[in-house]
Amino acid sequence: MTGTLRREQYLDLYYYMRLNRELEERMVRLFRQNKIVGGLYSSLGQEGVSAGTAYALEKRDWMAPMIRNIGALLVKGVPPRDIFTQHMAKYTSPTCGKDGTSHFGDLKGNHIVSPISMLGDLIPVMTGVGMAGRYLGQKIVAMTWIGDGGSSTGAFHEGLGLAAAQKAPLVLIVENNQWAYSTPVSRQVPLKNLADRAVAYGIQSSIVDGNDVVAVYGAAKEAVDACRAGDGPRLIEVKTMRMRGHAQHDPAEYVPKEMFDFWKARDPIALYEKYLTENKLWDAAAKADVEARIEKLLNDEQKFAEESPLPPAETAEEGVYCEGCHTIEAEWKRPKDEVMPPKSSVEAAWDVQSFGAFETAGAGGNGAKRSQQVAPSGKQVDRKNSAATDGPDVETAAARVPFGRGPKDKAFRQQQEQKQQERQARKRGRR
Amino acid sequence: MAAITMLEAIRQAMFEEMERDPAVVAIGEDIGVYGGAFKVTEGLLAKFGRERVIDTPIAETGIVGAACGMSFLGLRPVAEMQFIDFIACCFNQVTNFVAKSHYLWGAPVPMVLRGPSGGGVHGGPFHSANPEMYFVHTPGLKVIYPSTPYDAKGLLKSAIRDNNPVLFFEHKFLYRRIKEEIPEGDYTVPIGKAIVRREGKDLTILSYAAMAHTSLEAAEMLAKEGIQAEVIDLRTLAPLDRETILGSVKKTNKLLIVHEDTKTGGIAGEIAAVVCEGAFEDLDGPIARVTALDTPVPYAPTLEERFLPNAEKVVAAARELAEY
Repeated sequence: MTGTLRREQYLDLYYYMRLNRELEERMVRLFRQNKIVGGLYSSLGQEGVSAGTAYALEKRDWMAPMIRNIGALLVKGVPPRDIFTQHMAKYTSPTCGKDGTSHFGDLKGNHIVSPISMLGDLIPVMTGVGMAGRYLGQKIVAMTWIGDGGSSTGAFHEGLGLAAAQKAPLVLIVENNQWAYSTPVSRQVPLKNLADRAVAYGIQSSIVDGNDVVAVYGAAKEAVDACRAGDGPRLIEVKTMRMRGHAQHDPAEYVPKEMFDFWKARDPIALYEKYLTENKLWDAAAKADVEARIEKLLNDEQKFAEESPLPPAETAEEGVYCEGCHTIEAEWKRPKDEVMPPKSSVEAAWDVQSFGAFETAGAGGNGAKRSQQVAPSGKQVDRKNSAATDGPDVETAAARVPFGRGPKDKAFRQQQEQKQQERQARKRGRR
Repeated sequence: MAAITMLEAIRQAMFEEMERDPAVVAIGEDIGVYGGAFKVTEGLLAKFGRERVIDTPIAETGIVGAACGMSFLGLRPVAEMQFIDFIACCFNQVTNFVAKSHYLWGAPVPMVLRGPSGGGVHGGPFHSANPEMYFVHTPGLKVIYPSTPYDAKGLLKSAIRDNNPVLFFEHKFLYRRIKEEIPEGDYTVPIGKAIVRREGKDLTILSYAAMAHTSLEAAEMLAKEGIQAEVIDLRTLAPLDRETILGSVKKTNKLLIVHEDTKTGGIAGEIAAVVCEGAFEDLDGPIARVTALDTPVPYAPTLEERFLPNAEKVVAAARELAEY
């Protein structure tokens, strides 16, 4: 993908990844100071996914982020103060303290749909956004994210099925961070690649190293362009790793230490710094400049948030209904008479092309290709050496926790370790 | 001006709103080529085309989610549940996403979710439900349940033009059973306003949907016994027209609530509380209710008849209350 971005765009990507990380690190400190009202969810190690995917969108496009996509919000133009104030439940936050975390949106300005805690719901919603954009002639693309865990929900499948049937301009990023709270992906889905699910919906998909921001951007750009050209929807699986627990309260002791070590060596920011240096895209001065800008911005934004008041209690009663506070008007980019009679009139009949009979081997199968591995930036595709295949064997590493006993139980842990050693010994014996 | 059925009135509202405003689109299962399970949307596709009349897979969460997403870009989708019972399949999408958007992040969801509901047609436990109270209980939704062709047309138009998500229940028993002459041209009926269907002085019978007709039938029978019942049709369940309810109770001093929904958690309980809060001193008797049994809707005609309220049950309860 080298060559498709200008130098300042490469630095942009770095800026947003660093801003994402520094912002979250500040929030961890605020959490420890009891200044965050509710939970705090970390995207440490996943910054490349948020920045690389969102950077492929244009201003007119729509996005609906998940809880670990603060970086995507920043790329789309959300100021850090919105993230701080949301977490601190301040009156100055986008939801005026009605909700926390990254649960907020912006219909008119940045075109952001708010997530809710129930996973998968955004997929049908963003399918509708894409359909409406097409109907209005806006040529927009709708992008949303889902985790490996959320890909098991009914809404995921209903949404993807509808998007496929409607050929909606939807880019779905399946952010495989290996863990759904405490459950490894192998115990949720018996597939090596979650992207393979796209085949069942007749959707084109790709797989990319989520810790390689340039590769992520390239895959996202390709999908966004395809959707804008009417060749949607698209699914991209990004392989990455959640480097903290589900939220701040969770020490993630269920994750094997070696797995953290493995992924720590693949930190997306460290990898990208190396990439920028090797490709002579920056120098020490450029790095220092980014850091200084971030420091200044976050100082100001955090100060604003900390000095902001909590919402007045009586505002709890406001806003259940829209009582004329919003003017709702669609932005038409095509002549309205195209969708009005007589131009809109059609014959109410189906055009059935296949009678659906069983076909002999070779003639069947569906149109979609199997998931394609996207080449990492500056490297040749090598499935054997990709992060997708050489991670630790989670299947054997994951502890089975009997009722009432957890990984903190020393005897239990020792027992598991012993079992694992025995298994490995057996494996060696077989070889 | 010919008399039309409730089904025809609903169809007219859809046609006229889609002609008036290109932002209005229809989405649902089998609504296009087939014209809907009850033929409510028959003819829409031929006139407005596939972009505006969208046949979907069997995916209620998909339908409601997509309608919600469309509304974020300023469209006014009318989504159909083939039978309102299936709204249970998209409960989360409706109650957590659609209902809360405006309160939480200031995003109005101007969509209508409509579908055939109610029993009395031997539809069995999964094609006869009255699930309105799940949604009356959910802040952010408006819930309409009309009983006449005139109201159905006027209220559906109001619902489509409203900036909030509106659930529009259509009692399938009433679809083709009642006819009414309605005026030519555009008119609306305001959301949130009950209507006095029959004036009376001895007691108030509060009802809605098919049971509004049952209540009127009962009032007719009661009149022959010398009991003058006032019959109120709620029409909108959320927001509730407390003013009309309290006004009538202050006049008649006795209240009987009749609904086809099951008893526990039905709107009768809520109305009883509203009346106790606002007109307790005016009551001359206990608040009575005639409702369906606290069971699923059974299939066999003998069982369904036992399950549902009818005019005789209403008369018996009203008589007892009048004598109190």
